[in-house]
Amino acid sequence: MTFSKFTRGSVGAVLAVALTFPALSITAASGATNYGTVKNLAAAGGINKLIAACQKEGQLNVIALPHYWANYGDMIEGFKAAYGVKVDEANPEGSSQDEIDAANTNKGTSRSPDVYDIGIAIADKYAGTGTFAPYKVKLWKYLTGAAATSPTGEYTPDYTGTLTIGYDGSLGTITKLDDLLLPKFKGKIALNGDPMGSSTGLNGVFMINKALGGTFDDVSKAVAFFKKLKDLGNFINVNPTEATIASGQTPVVIDNGYVQAGVQKQMAAAGKSWKMFTPALVGSPYNMAISAWAPHPACGRLWLEYALGETGAKIFAIGGATPALWVWLVKTGRAPAEGIAAIGKSKVAATKASADQSSAAREYLKTAWPAAVGS
Amino acid sequence: MTQVTDPRAGSATSSAGSRHWRSKSAYLGVLPFLLFSGLFLLYPTYNVILGAFKDNENNFSFFALGEAFNSDITRHAFKNSLVLSLWTALAGSVLGGLFAWALVTGKKKGFFYRFSIALSSVLAQFGGVMLTFAFLATFGFNGVVSTLAMKVMPSSFLADSAWLYGLNGLIVVYTFFQIPLMVLVFLPTIENLRPQWREASDSLGGNSREYWTKIGIPVLTPSFAGAALLLFVNSFSAYATAATLINLTSFLTPLQIATSLSSEVGGANPAEAKALSFFMIVLVTFVMALYALLRRRVTKWEANG
Repeated sequence: MTFSKFTRGSVGAVLAVALTFPALSITAASGATNYGTVKNLAAAGGINKLIAACQKEGQLNVIALPHYWANYGDMIEGFKAAYGVKVDEANPEGSSQDEIDAANTNKGTSRSPDVYDIGIAIADKYAGTGTFAPYKVKLWKYLTGAAATSPTGEYTPDYTGTLTIGYDGSLGTITKLDDLLLPKFKGKIALNGDPMGSSTGLNGVFMINKALGGTFDDVSKAVAFFKKLKDLGNFINVNPTEATIASGQTPVVIDNGYVQAGVQKQMAAAGKSWKMFTPALVGSPYNMAISAWAPHPACGRLWLEYALGETGAKIFAIGGATPALWVWLVKTGRAPAEGIAAIGKSKVAATKASADQSSAAREYLKTAWPAAVGS
Repeated sequence: MTQVTDPRAGSATSSAGSRHWRSKSAYLGVLPFLLFSGLFLLYPTYNVILGAFKDNENNFSFFALGEAFNSDITRHAFKNSLVLSLWTALAGSVLGGLFAWALVTGKKKGFFYRFSIALSSVLAQFGGVMLTFAFLATFGFNGVVSTLAMKVMPSSFLADSAWLYGLNGLIVVYTFFQIPLMVLVFLPTIENLRPQWREASDSLGGNSREYWTKIGIPVLTPSFAGAALLLFVNSFSAYATAATLINLTSFLTPLQIATSLSSEVGGANPAEAKALSFFMIVLVTFVMALYALLRRRVTKWEANG
């Protein structure tokens, strides 16, 4: 009876990573083209050849894609419907690091993830280590920031969001950051993730910091503000989830805009009002990459073509995430009306922290954060 | 002392004839378990211990262990973990022990007895997101009880939910699964208190107080302490409940390990995770060794009974 809780515990967490499963080697897709090394659509023989090769593989392995996140639920369903292949979804709540760890642990098996959706810190950390298979999608040159972030196409920016503060509309309207200090917000404000472990948490700190006039190089202003919130009892150390939000346990959440857009929709469906307040624009960009040892290399490449192409961009936009293709779509008049309604025409790349700034902030927060909001 | 056969005692001598054969087939039956625990418990533990003495480049090094040992953050988290485990082991064992005792004195195998056992089996496993959510929805700032308390008795602690979001809250939440676990672990021992001992004490002129101080408590103590140690370890290693209630990775050692493994902002440091796990394993090994010693005493009197 204690056993399951024991394995659920910390030791279990280490074990899961330490444990490697016996390798089941799978045969690479036969035929003239080795899709594992294909670097662009032309080399794949065009979209129809790629589709046929993926259908032969029959499956795509994705990891850490929660359905409420940037509209990934619709993205996965859309991919399944368009090409008639299965999509195996592993560990939806995993972090970017978990994605790479899972691929390393399951290397050589048919269960290894084919594609990643990762934050810039992890993408930067693993670039050039042979972890990613370089691939440039058909519309690569129209993707904002693609050439700048990874000229070889090891990873490709797919969408970005802006951090926001989502809150229960019945609390009134937040017009400035200091409103959060009001007594009516006692026990109501939560941050999605600890800044030491979660990029959303860290970006949330960056947003508050920027709103207070701080820079990406020095987050002490945000720390002081969170300390004030904590001392007033307004900030609670609860990790908000769909359940805590829906039931009203965490009525104010500092979170990604493309998650809060989904919350707003759900709340509206339930007849409740959910508002957003964005005190400063801070971007939270994500990147797609293909595993160098993807068990379904053609499907992995097809997934990138789909998600980074026009259809995918539309799905991201409706979910409140700004697709990397957005500038081009707006410029060429192809942006869908629903997408414009959700994210607007001009909301593109908000300033974001570099990998170095992130890790410097993390080092600082290691001691400053628990001192400010810990107990 | 005369051997009194008690149907509940589960005597080992009842089928003495086949004992030799039984012991061998029993080993065969346990093989899948040994295989399973070897693969999923011993091998990974070995990996963690080995990994604690290596750096992230797989070279032999004491650096990770030393750094973890000397870090104030790590010490603070370890202290929190210890305090949490001590309090919940204490609260769980005392309350659970009393409840188990109440069950035994009640109607044997009656409805309430069976209902309580079934409930304990379920609640001992009730943890993680669901448990946290249940407490938040009840005692949290916007929970049912606190909202009500705000209207009825605004000055009570129920109306100010701040206590739930820290160590005190965790202690209360953990105790929720510690009590039923204690009931399950401790109940068999209390049931083994033979009524004949009470009768013997009475017929020799002993009163109730003498029975408890000279027989009852001495006999129960090793079991009770053993169960309390088990509760301690159970709470020390629990992760999911704390992870959902406390969004602060440096609060408890298990939370710290999780961040060292999966930090999304580039803070992943597997060597540190293994070093922290190593310290946890050392403590758990020590506690379980104590537990084994106590169990040996318990089984001695159970077998000689």
